[in-house]
Amino acid sequence: MKRKVYLDHNATTPLHPEVKKAMAEAMEAFGNPSSMHGFGRQARRLIDDARDKISSFIGGRPEDIVFVGSGSEANNTVLNLLYCTARRCEAPHTKRHRVITSQIEHPCILEAAGCLEARGIEVIYLPVDKYGKIDMAKYEEVMSEKTALVSVMMANNEIGTIQDIKKIGSIAHKYGALFHTDAVQAVGKIPVDVGDLGVDYLSLSAHKIYGPKGVGALYVSPGAPFCPFIRGGHQERGRRAGTENTTGIAGFGKAIEMRAKEMDIESRKLLSLKARLRAGIEKNIKDIEFNGHASDCLPGTLNVSFDAAEGEAILLYLDLEGIAVSTGSACSSGSLDPSHVLMATGASAELAHGSIRISMGRDNTEEEIDYTVEKLAFVIDKIRNMSTVAVKEDHGK
Amino acid sequence: MVNKPEWVYSDKVKDHFVNPRNVLDDEEEYRPDGKGIAGNIKCGDEMIMVIKVDKARGIIADCRWKTYGCASAIASTSILSEAVKGKTLDAAYHITAKDIAKELGGLPEHKVHCSVLGHKALRAAIDDYYKRNGMTDKAGKEK
Repeated sequence: MKRKVYLDHNATTPLHPEVKKAMAEAMEAFGNPSSMHGFGRQARRLIDDARDKISSFIGGRPEDIVFVGSGSEANNTVLNLLYCTARRCEAPHTKRHRVITSQIEHPCILEAAGCLEARGIEVIYLPVDKYGKIDMAKYEEVMSEKTALVSVMMANNEIGTIQDIKKIGSIAHKYGALFHTDAVQAVGKIPVDVGDLGVDYLSLSAHKIYGPKGVGALYVSPGAPFCPFIRGGHQERGRRAGTENTTGIAGFGKAIEMRAKEMDIESRKLLSLKARLRAGIEKNIKDIEFNGHASDCLPGTLNVSFDAAEGEAILLYLDLEGIAVSTGSACSSGSLDPSHVLMATGASAELAHGSIRISMGRDNTEEEIDYTVEKLAFVIDKIRNMSTVAVKEDHGK
Repeated sequence: MVNKPEWVYSDKVKDHFVNPRNVLDDEEEYRPDGKGIAGNIKCGDEMIMVIKVDKARGIIADCRWKTYGCASAIASTSILSEAVKGKTLDAAYHITAKDIAKELGGLPEHKVHCSVLGHKALRAAIDDYYKRNGMTDKAGKEK
């Protein structure tokens, strides 16, 4: 059988075996969690249990956790909870007409922010430095009492760069603005504590941490304004209508429980695998550039660009060797523009087209990393031999 | 759903992507009769096509290429380099992106626009051949 090496954990992860078990059991609890009878109460217990696990992992009270359908829904909920068009809506922040976010957010934030702009709200997209860190001077410059909401992601999905969320949040609060962080890539990979970070809202997702797809959650701090994105039911204390996805939520709870047990050990393992991968690439392939921040980075994420090679070609040649990665090349996205994240870091279009993201996870081994380095060197060589772009000559190797 | 390809592109694209034909190794050594370039790196795809011409018969005797780009860019240039051998300059000049995509067993629409550039590079190579041989009346006539 052909070898398979999965190195795309920032896209999604396989289910943890314990999560599978928990979900299989939860499937028996088919009752509607809103029903008062035993079937309903059985499902309700599973959901409450998952809620407890999540709040004990990220801090806050269980009732501050709202289960939603995805990380994207959590993010859309936050960007849409201000500027309700209802006349009776008197939420104080609606009087402020500026929202601050960053240029490297996930498309679900950027597109929701674009909708706010269409509704007349001023949105400022903060630039980042070459490592993907928010330009704090620019942030302080544009921050004022006019700002209603600041939304900055905790860890970037493409390059892994981690922001100083605590500081960004405290500046937002100094001016009375609300603060949200999209922590979909952070929760379960690096320590996240809503109390310590001082966030008003925090988005998280199950499928990035060995839980099921189709479940996310939003932490809402006590007293923070809220307006439901999906209406029509009293579920989630009136904050998110729709019969709860009991199986998914139970899987989410188990995934979080396993993160609490495994995150620290796994993080050390991933850092060591990444060092091995990085050294292997540096040793075997010339004319490369690593993207993102060297230390403030998700432990399992490595983003690297290859001169004279295009990302989709790299991805598909690796796929033929059974290795799964992703790319910031335009070709993979169906648009003509390469990664907005790499472009925001000031990378050239060529560098962005030639980038791949390798995101490791709990099952990866040193042997797999060595195999990947070997195949990657072969693939890059093959592509460069066909390329119109000449790689720099041996520069005195 | 019979024969639904398991890969992202057709089997033919895969074949040419895995085993690209007629890649240009060394341009100086090859000494082409005409050379054309299309696309640019910024947009993610760039192609060079070089040809050797059987001058007596006015046909393309050989064709080589280099490509910076995605799988469909590589495969489309490769298949074109095979298709043009033995064709008259005039016939080769009239090959379109659609012809290439069809030959490859279909490509997603957005891929045809951004990655199939081989025919443009080929036309540029044929024009270059005309210019080199004082046949300027023929060059650029189909722009």
